[in-house]
Amino acid sequence: MSSGTADVEPRARSTSKAFDFDSWPGSRALRLIERHARFYRRLWLVVVSGALEPVFYLLSVGVGLGGLIGPVMGPAGHLVPYKDFVAPGLLAVSALNGALNDSTFNVYGRLKFEKLYDAVLATPLGAQDVALSEIGWAVTRGVLYAVPFLIVMASMGLIVSPWALLALPAAALVSLATAAAGVALTTYMKSWQDFEYVVLVSLPLFLFSGTFFPLDVYPHAIGLIVEWTPLYQGVAILRDLTLGAPSWALLWRAGYLAAIGAAGLAVAGRRIARLLLV
Amino acid sequence: MSVLTPSRGDDPPDPPYAQETAERALRPATLDPVPGSLELSVRAFRCWLVMYRRTWRSSVWSSVLGPIFYLGAMGYGLGSLVDQHGTAALGGVPYPVFVAPAVLAVLSMNTGLTNGMFPVFGAVHWNRIYVAARASMLRPSDIYRGHLLFMVMRIAMNAACFLVVMAAFHLIRSWWAVLLLPASVLLGLAFAAPVAAWTVTLQTITPMNYVIRFGSIPLMLFSGTFFPLSRLPGWLQPVAWATPLWHGAALCRSLSVGTVTAGSAAIHVGYLAGLSAIGLWAGARSYRRRLYV
Repeated sequence: MSSGTADVEPRARSTSKAFDFDSWPGSRALRLIERHARFYRRLWLVVVSGALEPVFYLLSVGVGLGGLIGPVMGPAGHLVPYKDFVAPGLLAVSALNGALNDSTFNVYGRLKFEKLYDAVLATPLGAQDVALSEIGWAVTRGVLYAVPFLIVMASMGLIVSPWALLALPAAALVSLATAAAGVALTTYMKSWQDFEYVVLVSLPLFLFSGTFFPLDVYPHAIGLIVEWTPLYQGVAILRDLTLGAPSWALLWRAGYLAAIGAAGLAVAGRRIARLLLV
Repeated sequence: MSVLTPSRGDDPPDPPYAQETAERALRPATLDPVPGSLELSVRAFRCWLVMYRRTWRSSVWSSVLGPIFYLGAMGYGLGSLVDQHGTAALGGVPYPVFVAPAVLAVLSMNTGLTNGMFPVFGAVHWNRIYVAARASMLRPSDIYRGHLLFMVMRIAMNAACFLVVMAAFHLIRSWWAVLLLPASVLLGLAFAAPVAAWTVTLQTITPMNYVIRFGSIPLMLFSGTFFPLSRLPGWLQPVAWATPLWHGAALCRSLSVGTVTAGSAAIHVGYLAGLSAIGLWAGARSYRRRLYV
């Protein structure tokens, strides 16, 4: 203990200012997001390689295999080339992929092994801030994956409508639902072996959520189940937007994703507080 | 107890210890013969077997269900769209029959790669099994070959499970398919042997992620697996011919559909066997350098 003045100083500064950024709701969470951003500056190639993965799928399944597939029934009831059909599906997958790893494996590592949050909770940040920033960072990474994919789509002429301007916020919504559910569920994980369930859920989501083929391939009952998956809702929003067939139905789809995000955020904050503050 | 703790410095040795050293001194100086390479490799293999008996459950999901998901989505879901358009480009077979042997090849590649990377890295850095094994009479090349034996076992197990699924869905069209199991094991070994030889030299896990993202995923997508090679741009086709997965997938497909010819099979098998042999040679070398510091 050197002197008491150092303890008082920050408070004095924050009351003296008319505009105080740190008093905004959620602004403290930005500190932890900044930490992750600084950490990943050295690992930028990891982010690039993750963003490339859906592009590889687009070239392989969309262009390569797509040539063997005739036109497919698009959202507005007219036929579209297969690569136009599959591209928005893969855009949703790239938003999901970006958010998934960070909100599950990395959160678990920080929680159990790096003990990062124990350190964070010794600062003015609380458990709710930790949840918010982890979800915020995962969404950031999802957007970092989605932007290059959108650029690739545009350069390949796969975007046919100005409604596609809304595709980026919609992709962010997919990331939000994924990240919030991911962080919330990760707080219940007990060992690395439990993460097999993440693969077990994400792989069928990726393959069967209307990404690669329309729902009418399935029997009607299975189609009804698939409609409830968050990725299907994201794929439907993005496909309608990039193919230029928006409808009011997109609003409740977006509301569904936002609701998953809000529920995940609430659960995650409470669980992190329970795991670390008791 | 005291036999296990050697004496230090000037301390007089404990009586039982002294007794044993005395007995040893009286015995004629003959050593047990060192077991052969094969037996030592099998001993290293059994260590992995003991571990696997504890952890096999968690590997079942990804290794058995994963390829079945791919077969369902690609073969049947997407395949229903492909088959509406005609199957001439696929050699006249329905798309599920076309893609199933390729999924088998991808499964063997991925089993070889994942088993040749993270467990090898972990055995050097995390649980240090290799470091412990080095203290025994096992030489680095025995440690390497023992671990490879375990990888081969995992490749064969995963391939066998998938072959049962293929047969159950009537996706096998020829009796040559009895050779699918050895073919997929050879393909997996052609990936596992060189990759393990490389992984043992690593200091961080980041390069392994790059191999997956920039290596195995493009290989899986563009090696004549999900669509015939003729759909690739002309300049890319020779590149695909040079990749091990193309040889493996082409071999598996020719065995499963029944279009196999002696010449093409010899080329594919020769390529994969050559790659495995290079891997075995390089692995014995790199393990020796890494473990005898």
